[in-house]
Amino acid sequence: MTPKRKKRLTIILGLVFGTSLIVGLVMFSLSENINLFYSTSQIANGEAPVGARIRAGGMVVDNSIKRSTDSLKVQFAITDYEKQVLVEFTGILPDLFREGQGIIAQGTMDANGVFQADEVLAKHDENYMPPEIAESMKKKQEAAQ
Amino acid sequence: MTPEIGEFALIIGLLLSVILAVVPMVGAATRNEMWMSFAKPLALGQFLFMIISFLCLGYAFATDDFSVVYVAQHSNSQMPIQFKLSAIWGGHEGSLLLWALILCGWTFAVSRFSKALPLDMLARVLSIMGMVGTGFISFLLITSSPFARYLPSYPADGADLNPLLQDFGLIVHPPMLYMGYVGFSVAFAFALAALLSGRMDAAWARWSRPWTNIAWSFLGLGITLGSWWAYYELGWGGWWFWDPVENASLMPWLVGTALVHSLAVTEKRGVFKSWTLLLAIFAFSLSLLGTFLVRSGVLTSVHAFASDPERGFFILMLLAITMGGSLTIYALKAPSVKSESSFSWLSREVLLLVNNVFLTVMAVTVLLGTLYPLLIDALGSGKISVGPPYFNAVFVPIMGTMSIAMGISIAVRWRETSQESVIKTLWLPAVVSLVIGLIFPFAYGGGFDFRVFLGMSVSLWVISTVVREFISKFRNATTIKTKLSQLSMSYYGMMVAHIGVAVTAIGITLVSTYSEERDMRMAKGDHVELAGYLFTFEGTKVVKGPNYMADQATIVITEDGQSVTTLHPEKRRYNVKRNMMTEADIDAGLFRDLYVALGEPLNNGEAWAVRVHYKPYVRWLWLGGILMSLGGLLTVFDKRYRKKKTRGRVANA
Repeated sequence: MTPKRKKRLTIILGLVFGTSLIVGLVMFSLSENINLFYSTSQIANGEAPVGARIRAGGMVVDNSIKRSTDSLKVQFAITDYEKQVLVEFTGILPDLFREGQGIIAQGTMDANGVFQADEVLAKHDENYMPPEIAESMKKKQEAAQ
Repeated sequence: MTPEIGEFALIIGLLLSVILAVVPMVGAATRNEMWMSFAKPLALGQFLFMIISFLCLGYAFATDDFSVVYVAQHSNSQMPIQFKLSAIWGGHEGSLLLWALILCGWTFAVSRFSKALPLDMLARVLSIMGMVGTGFISFLLITSSPFARYLPSYPADGADLNPLLQDFGLIVHPPMLYMGYVGFSVAFAFALAALLSGRMDAAWARWSRPWTNIAWSFLGLGITLGSWWAYYELGWGGWWFWDPVENASLMPWLVGTALVHSLAVTEKRGVFKSWTLLLAIFAFSLSLLGTFLVRSGVLTSVHAFASDPERGFFILMLLAITMGGSLTIYALKAPSVKSESSFSWLSREVLLLVNNVFLTVMAVTVLLGTLYPLLIDALGSGKISVGPPYFNAVFVPIMGTMSIAMGISIAVRWRETSQESVIKTLWLPAVVSLVIGLIFPFAYGGGFDFRVFLGMSVSLWVISTVVREFISKFRNATTIKTKLSQLSMSYYGMMVAHIGVAVTAIGITLVSTYSEERDMRMAKGDHVELAGYLFTFEGTKVVKGPNYMADQATIVITEDGQSVTTLHPEKRRYNVKRNMMTEADIDAGLFRDLYVALGEPLNNGEAWAVRVHYKPYVRWLWLGGILMSLGGLLTVFDKRYRKKKTRGRVANA
């Protein structure tokens, strides 16, 4: 091999190695860190896996918020206007969290069918509905007609 | 009447940019000097009419003209004047108007400050910017005019601006960010003009470089301000969320960073030309993609405005035309580009190439993570989101490796450097940074922490190599003063920016490792200890703001019995929409922030949910961001850009 070809071969090998390393890293992280979204009907029908990290979204049901008196634990129900799911969360809820507001929670389903949230997101525009909720509610409406 | 004048000015602005897009371009193609010379006055006219339009909207806000739909939706008579005025860009229509105004401003600046440019080049550059302007002003007029009226009857008062936006952050963050986004259109226009004229030489890089650096600096500043704003305003102390819209601003910044470096190589050594051109095209395309992501509402994001599919479609079309058109021209013209010099393995050229590869890979991984949910949704495989762990897992190792290369590149010369001289320069910084990196976690955190060791070592490596190189410049200098003035501004800019990277990296490392946070239920007299500070809750009182009522808490902080500070976080209720808003209070310091936010009242106000944070070195994040941008701006004052201009002026006279 001429020195020039040797140089080119090293470049190509280096590129192939680097690219596969990065692709591997990306694929691995992606497979570990994607969170599937489930509507409350799907969860109530038992479609959501227990223990896996998922996202759940819906409207907070009126008069469903129950606070613990001695800690920051709070329980509420969310709905897609078909089925409800109970959510438990410990911590400070976002400012726009209130009854009738669309929220998205991240966390896991426990064995009792309660969603244990470690993060609750309410969007900062009160007219704004997360696309996931909007779509799952649209499907419900279409099915009803 | 004023809104109609605004609308009318916008239409004239559109007409002028259509003429700007066509006439000078045709003139350049047919070598018609008269036609080409239309470019400058058109750029001025376009800018003037956009200013008129913008002022008209500002006047409508200042005078509470609620017959204008946009004003009625985003303002209220009770709002303080500075927020009324910044509400101009508090929603979709107005922020787009700001976008277009800044674009015309950049176009005007190019026409004004490019005296050294040959006429045909200037004509092409301005013409391409006119095309972009045509796209955006027609977008404004067709889908989102801010001047539409409620007629015949209109609301008595406005619907108020989202309380989160009634803040100093809104005044500064969007304009800075847009200056950056739109500024890349200049680099884009220069790249296309070079491709069209076939003059892709070092001179092209020299013209385009200051503009690119300014745009890049503004974008960095905008991102930094956004991060700082989110930190104090959202009330839970986060400074980066890997939100799609944040990613949308980070991607052009990463590609822009690659472009800034690649332009330096092209200017100094005449290599990587076609790569630089491609980067310029992509930096602007990613800015457009960012705009598309924000405006179309296709992704779940805290920044999403109530969205409109028609608008998303329009921007997607603009993006398709811009990318399709520019890449076609690139494909046709770029193969004729020739490198002007050669270089060996261990040279600054290669290390800058490495930098470019890393930055591009980072931009691609961020792009992938951001668009992956869209892709999966389009394939019908369900709704997913990609969480911050993905971005951290991919971003941090690449960033770390790049920083190591960054240190090496400092010690390497253009064209060729011997291995021995590199080792001779670098062994000391390597040892110093490893040793301090090893000691630091013990001294600061009281125990070994691998992440802190890596983060600190890499950051110190970047700083110590810069310092080592700086000192070595003085070895043969007669006096320090003469040497200081001999070094170019580009060199100072580079040093400042690189130190900025290290400062940000130190901030990220320490704040993500040593932060402490506690969510507490606190009644009057309760206290909590965090990182050696004692926080005592002394109850709340009601205070009245201009357009809100607030519960204001008093929290006294002491350390070893010594008073540190008293913080007053608030829970505000805005009068118009009855919106709740958390206003955190922060005791900021160079080495630590103490951060207190109120949650909600518990048991009818008998106690409060309170969140307290201890954030070490969090200011370093933004300090580093400011240093990077400052570095970018310093390079613009380099003598060689000024000299070129004076010479050009003489030639013109």
